[in-house]
Amino acid sequence: MRRQQPTIAAENGRTAGAALIPATAPLAVRGLTVSYGEKPAVFSVDASFPAESMSAIIGPNGAGKSTLLKAALGVIPRLSGEVYVFGEPIEKARARIAYVPQRASVDWDFPTTVMDVVQMGLYRKVGLLGRLSGRLAGVARDCLDRVGMADFAHRQIGQLSGGQQQRVFLARALAQDAELYLLDEPFAGVDAATERAIIDVLKLLKDEGKSVVAVHHDLSTVRSYFDHVFLINVRRMAEGPVDVAFTTENLQATYGGRLAATHLDELSVVGGLA
Amino acid sequence: MTPFIDALLLQAGYNAALVAIGAGLLGFAAGASGTFMFLRKRALVSDAVAHATLPGVGLAFIIMVALGGDGRNLAGLLLGSAVSAWLGVLIIEWVVRRTRLAEDAAIGAVLGVFFGIGIVLLTVIQTMSAGRQAGLESFLLGSTAGMLFQDAVVIAIGGSLAVFVTWLLRRPMTLVAFDSDYAAAMGYDVRRVDLLIMGLVLAITVTGLKLVGLVLIVAMLIIPPVAARFWTERASRVIWISGAIGGASAYIGAALSASAAGLPTGPIIVLTAAAIFVISMLFAPVRGVLAAVIRHRRFQARVHRRQGLLALAAAHPIREGYTLRLLAREGLVRPDGEPTESGRAQAAKIARDERRWDIAREVHQDAGLTGRYDGLTPIEEVFTADEIGEFDRRLGPPTPVGAV
Repeated sequence: MRRQQPTIAAENGRTAGAALIPATAPLAVRGLTVSYGEKPAVFSVDASFPAESMSAIIGPNGAGKSTLLKAALGVIPRLSGEVYVFGEPIEKARARIAYVPQRASVDWDFPTTVMDVVQMGLYRKVGLLGRLSGRLAGVARDCLDRVGMADFAHRQIGQLSGGQQQRVFLARALAQDAELYLLDEPFAGVDAATERAIIDVLKLLKDEGKSVVAVHHDLSTVRSYFDHVFLINVRRMAEGPVDVAFTTENLQATYGGRLAATHLDELSVVGGLA
Repeated sequence: MTPFIDALLLQAGYNAALVAIGAGLLGFAAGASGTFMFLRKRALVSDAVAHATLPGVGLAFIIMVALGGDGRNLAGLLLGSAVSAWLGVLIIEWVVRRTRLAEDAAIGAVLGVFFGIGIVLLTVIQTMSAGRQAGLESFLLGSTAGMLFQDAVVIAIGGSLAVFVTWLLRRPMTLVAFDSDYAAAMGYDVRRVDLLIMGLVLAITVTGLKLVGLVLIVAMLIIPPVAARFWTERASRVIWISGAIGGASAYIGAALSASAAGLPTGPIIVLTAAAIFVISMLFAPVRGVLAAVIRHRRFQARVHRRQGLLALAAAHPIREGYTLRLLAREGLVRPDGEPTESGRAQAAKIARDERRWDIAREVHQDAGLTGRYDGLTPIEEVFTADEIGEFDRRLGPPTPVGAV
């Protein structure tokens, strides 16, 4: 007897794998495995994020949250699995995605100004030789304005605070004018004002019909910020609307002993603790 | 001094003029094309690329002799150097991607092994009967002074191509150098852009190999962008400033070496570049050491001035000598430490600003604005005149400082 394969795609063959993808899902992954060396960081994960909503990927440290996002985008190689963006293979849909990497992933002493960074979001649109001045300079300025950083356009990026740097990264993603926004820990290490500015921008995007998927670490804000949660700890632990999936049982299953019961009590999770 | 000026003005003879122009072109091309290797934090890959040319030169010589040709055919030697340097690049890239070795280890291994093979081949060639190998050692340290017109043409063409490609592909290269994850997410092929950056360095290395040699070409690829970085905060400008520094140091260095007997051109060029680097590091207005010291001193003065005025406002004695001297120089205190009339006025203003900030923290919900308080930022830069007026209304009328 053939041993059953863990991934749906492998199980049902090529055609069936594609058939399972809802064409409306902004981001869907099937049987995604990523491994550093021979230890999978993400194992055979299926996920499907809903359109026109805000989704959080949550899980303990080292659970593969960022890895899932990066592998879906092809920033790090996948061992197996398929990624669909609005029902298409991701390679065909790059122009519809904007990515906000972790702030710590770049060298902020790089010789570039705030404006230069935001304009990077326009590179695909203008190609090698297209002019970034004129109308597109206005687009970049608008994006800076939306994150409250218009006054800083000509600063070298190293002179910004952590929160300001995060806003610049968000402005760069806005410049791409994408339909799906993928953010890796956008609220990590930022001040309260920045956190609010970012969440306001993201909620506006949602209202405009865009989809947002963010790796998120702060369980206390999941309820107020997001509509949909995806719980991961190497494997998919739970997924669904916040009201359904953000439960004590699911959190305990995902975090294990790392989440104290008293802490769980403080999060207005569904059901709460008895 | 006159021979140097003659050489600078290309009046020191045909050969000296040719060397100065050729070296200047090469310097410009190397500075501009080496920029992204530096910005990608892989400057030492240039070193490995340069050393990896040597086995290609040796093998090309042997093959050409074995085929009955002239072993010293320049095109053949350069082709050989390009092939082996490219192999070195691919090995570094492969080792980093496929093994757990860090990049510096890969660079060191490729550099050492390729150079070793190259030296073995050169030694073998010396024992060959072909006997016309005399020129090959010049690939190590170059022979700038012996430049021919056709060499200058090779540099002009190869250098222009490399500069053109650097300019044309500056956006993807900047993106990969700054944020390769984001570049990959946007669909750029990061590996190909990296190979392109290394390819540019390789092109310059091969072009300049015969003139400055594989050891010194590395300096022409690395020193100018590092020096240029002190002058600007924008990658697009680093390219051209680096080119200008490379071109100027090569041209001036060539002129220097032509102005006196026994000055080797390649090393003098590198020393000139090093001098420009030191000048840039010390005196560049944007990131130079001196500018940083001056900025720090000015900042320190602002802090002391502010602290001094706050002490005056609170009628505390000022004990720090620097603060007292600073305030006395501005006429804010008398030598005995007593505030002058304008000192009182300024202290009152600053004390009032502090209280305005206190009110702002109470009434203003936007922590992003009140969070900009750092003791130095004027309140007028953060809040509008209307808002400050509102704070004042809550504060009540101003009270003079020192009035008991």
